[in-house]
Amino acid sequence: MKILVCISQVPDTSTKIILKDNNTAISSDGVTYIINPYDEWYALIRALELKETGVATDVHLITVGKADVEPIIRKGLALGGDEAIRIDAAPNDAYETANYIAEYAKSVGYDLILCGKESIDYNNGTTGVMIAELLDVDYIGFATSIQIEGNIATVNREIEGGEETDTCNLPVVIACQKGVAEARIPNMRGIMAARTRPLKVVTPTAVAPVASILSYEMPPAKAGIKLVDPDNMDELVELLHSEAKVI
Amino acid sequence: MSVLVLVEHTEGIIKKKSFEAVQYASHIAKQNGATVTAVVLGNAQSSEIEGLGAYGAQKVLYVADARLDELHARAYAKALIVAAQKEDSKIIIALHDINGRAVAPRVAVKLKAGLVAGALSYPDTEKGFVIKKAVFSGKAFAFVNILSDAKVITLMPNSFQLNKAEGKATVEKLDVSFDEKDFGIKVKQVNKVSGEVSLADAELVVSGGRGMKGPENWGLIEDLAKELGAATACSRPVADSHWRPHHEHVGQTGGTIRPNLYIAVGISGAIQHLAGVNGSKTIVVINKDPEAPFFKAANYGVVGDAMEVLPKLTAAVKKYKETHK
Repeated sequence: MKILVCISQVPDTSTKIILKDNNTAISSDGVTYIINPYDEWYALIRALELKETGVATDVHLITVGKADVEPIIRKGLALGGDEAIRIDAAPNDAYETANYIAEYAKSVGYDLILCGKESIDYNNGTTGVMIAELLDVDYIGFATSIQIEGNIATVNREIEGGEETDTCNLPVVIACQKGVAEARIPNMRGIMAARTRPLKVVTPTAVAPVASILSYEMPPAKAGIKLVDPDNMDELVELLHSEAKVI
Repeated sequence: MSVLVLVEHTEGIIKKKSFEAVQYASHIAKQNGATVTAVVLGNAQSSEIEGLGAYGAQKVLYVADARLDELHARAYAKALIVAAQKEDSKIIIALHDINGRAVAPRVAVKLKAGLVAGALSYPDTEKGFVIKKAVFSGKAFAFVNILSDAKVITLMPNSFQLNKAEGKATVEKLDVSFDEKDFGIKVKQVNKVSGEVSLADAELVVSGGRGMKGPENWGLIEDLAKELGAATACSRPVADSHWRPHHEHVGQTGGTIRPNLYIAVGISGAIQHLAGVNGSKTIVVINKDPEAPFFKAANYGVVGDAMEVLPKLTAAVKKYKETHK
């Protein structure tokens, strides 16, 4: 069984966002880039677990980006992927990204495609679903556990106000979140081995974007805090009622 | 032309956030001189369906197939495409929630349409079709322009105030020929936590951090939440320490929420946590450390020990409710 794990490069979670070029771009000065946490901690690690337990034979990593994303691919390989693919493009939207990944996935034929529930930069959570649609397969989002037996995936996923257990036939695209696996740190052996594992660069069939970001804006600063005496909670409730109008 | 909107219901009762979506669609329809057609899938009560008129839907296309009471995203997407063809719809709206997020991207691919995921504004049609959405988990906003003729939007719940008007929608059955593939996912078991307010949709949220000292003190958070009718949430260290279930974790690597009121108790306010909650309309911070960074992002602050402040706040809410019955 072959697994494809989609990873995305994002700014580290502690990054302070600074706008540049008349608010049309995000500054990359001093920004540390990481693998999107949902992709790494859950999707990639679960794929590796499935290989370690003999369920999967191959774990491939794929990302769409220019050469500057290679450090995060190497980190992914250091955690344990067999092979990595970089689709050489700078996509404008999820539709483009999904098309490139789906095109490559079709050419290989994967049984399972894993990704994170969303990327922490653009928070769309749409690429995985789009890949599933392009490949004409099922998609399960917000997964909290994944078991594979033969040709069937059993997945716990979040629903409104609880969880449910679903089953479906492979191939399937599953978007992972907390619960699917426990995060790991790459060890020295993995880091050394990653240097020799293949990193393929693929030129995609270009797809025109259907959306693009025109500009950015920072959230407005809070008007200033009103402190309330801890012994006067009646006042706080009154403020929430008459001033903030939230209760 | 008609603006199409996917409506969700729970056991036949239409969800409040779907009224928001219909009202949002109605505003866009007026911008474009179009009408609104709502799509209801599964078994919903007819009074509920007609009631969508009060939020601006002129027409409802209804697929009364019991299989659609569960989320089957491929079947939902197929029904929306059939409806879009029938209604000549170029704009399709769903909610930015678990169901909408599984369906809308499929519809976008089928129509080769641009998609804005998590819309916070109406489209600005002066510079194209530009919609505001949160990025970097709320650390910034982006203005996304949809370039394609067909447009798909998932609306962030609790972004617009609901205004109920008069009106009944006309209801029409919609025929969709589904096949086996549309129901490839089999639901084996459902575990709903009853009695709890769903965090993603909650208007009021009470959240605890490490300052709560241990899971044994969560009764204080739950008491306040119960008195307010609020959902409970927690910071990442709390979920990582298994004091609380993972689904309660809010922040950049947990859930992003934007309730009307977020009460943070014993949470210092790390940038990752703020990212997940700073869309909240009003933030109250209770922390014994006056230097906690969260105070800078709050509207109201209480410097004090959570163990002492929480019971007092709960009592004050109770008193308030009794006098405002």
